[in-house]
Amino acid sequence: MRGLWKLIWIEIKIFLREPLGAFGTIVFPVLIFLVVGRVTGRRMAPSSLADNGFLQAGLPVIVSLLIAINAVLSLVTIISIYREGGILKRLRATPLRPQTILTAHVIVKLLLTTATLALMVLAGKRYYPTGIHVPLFSFTIALLISTLSILSIGFLIASIVPTARFAQPIGVAILYPMLGISGLFFPVASLPPALRAIARVLPTTYAVSLLEGIWRGDGWYEHTGDIALLAFVFFACTALSAKVFRWE
Amino acid sequence: MRPVIQVSGVRKTYGQMVAIDEVSFEVSEGEIFGLIGPNGAGKTTTMECIEGLRRPERGTISVLGLDPIRHVYELQDHIGVQLQQAQLQKRIKVWEAVDLWASLYQKKATDGEQLLEQLGLTEKRNAWFMNLSGGQKQRLFIALALINDPEVVFLDELTTGLDPQSRRAIWDLVRGIRERGKTVFLTTHLMEEAQRLCDRVAVIERGRIIDMDTPERLIARHCPERTVVLSTDDSAAEVHLRAIPGVQSVRCSDSRFTLRGTGDDLVTDVIQCLSENRIRVTEFRTILPNLEDVFLKITGHSIRD
Repeated sequence: MRGLWKLIWIEIKIFLREPLGAFGTIVFPVLIFLVVGRVTGRRMAPSSLADNGFLQAGLPVIVSLLIAINAVLSLVTIISIYREGGILKRLRATPLRPQTILTAHVIVKLLLTTATLALMVLAGKRYYPTGIHVPLFSFTIALLISTLSILSIGFLIASIVPTARFAQPIGVAILYPMLGISGLFFPVASLPPALRAIARVLPTTYAVSLLEGIWRGDGWYEHTGDIALLAFVFFACTALSAKVFRWE
Repeated sequence: MRPVIQVSGVRKTYGQMVAIDEVSFEVSEGEIFGLIGPNGAGKTTTMECIEGLRRPERGTISVLGLDPIRHVYELQDHIGVQLQQAQLQKRIKVWEAVDLWASLYQKKATDGEQLLEQLGLTEKRNAWFMNLSGGQKQRLFIALALINDPEVVFLDELTTGLDPQSRRAIWDLVRGIRERGKTVFLTTHLMEEAQRLCDRVAVIERGRIIDMDTPERLIARHCPERTVVLSTDDSAAEVHLRAIPGVQSVRCSDSRFTLRGTGDDLVTDVIQCLSENRIRVTEFRTILPNLEDVFLKITGHSIRD
């Protein structure tokens, strides 16, 4: 793990120097949260079964997942740019282990996800004092588990995209529809059978279920199924991308 | 001298394409060894097999007694690498890159600031990588290749794309590396670079090494021809010049003569002839063959094709 922390620290600094890096990943989701929250009123409250409106899952869960997807898209883009520019190859020509390089990027993304979530909560406290007690710590852990699982899909995408130019659009084309049918906006049960079948194998569906539940105050044991599936996706995708990942 | 790199019978293919085959050579401690050849000849593939970045299908490689595939991480600790066409993160600062690289090695790293100073990068230590000029980027890559005080330094197409002035500055740096007792393995398609820098070169073409020696001996072996060009108004000159032993052809246009012959004595013989016959010359120069001519001779085509 030599060099891991230094690499993480440098990657964070580099990320914050990107003109759109900090804004796109940290500020933008929080802005969406504030604007949509203001327009729709007090949706901080956990969604009830009777409430089948647009914001099925509740705004915090939607924005949290947007944060996660943004982190994943950013990872896909960075990895493909680093590969195309020969940066990954240059890092490999050192005693650095390949897994250390990739771990550093994953940790950077998890840290940014946490930071964005914290910012969202702080902003939410200020503008939407709902007075509802939310298990924030558990919710953060749930979001990190979800992000990790979706990140592994990101790695798989990063392994197969041919050039950096395609990385972002391909990532968007895969990840956003996933989000769309995962029960965030419409209940999975109300989807046509074909889409429902797809939704059942998507990690995002289980991430939504987990995040909603934890936000509502469920215990972890009620969501062992969700966590098991997210973990399974993580290990399967990681193993698969370890096989097909290209360094140059 | 103990060999630090031993390559024997190495073959590497990419799909159907054979990149290199039956590549064998040894590099001794403290020498600058150059692999020369046109683009696509297999220089980079050979180098990356030695660095442990590629796995050859056949053959054995040993670097400092280590197997580049089995002991890849241990090997990285002892070598310094500059890759062809590598980039760094666009917005990484010069000092950050040096600091990061210094933290990656088990061995005690050399003083990064001092290295930047030697490479003339102190002024740029807070600059982002993307804002460096080509020469500055290349010097930074040399700094990264030297940060672990390596025993062997690999330099792949070190000066490609640089202006002549930066190129000369970098040649001086490479000579400096050897003076510190390091072994340097480099590739280049610039014959001038190879001739000025390398103690020994291997000529590689279409994945095979076709000859290997010091630049001087390669030239003497393949291109023994010497050419003398001189200008004189003396009308009797041609007769005398033709009489010089060793001169094989004399061409004359206006008052300028081009003499061709072989052997190291040719130039001396011409001077002697001029002086004995009191021939007054207004121009005198010699054209000696270089590695570029050697390449043309042994491959049948120019390295620039």
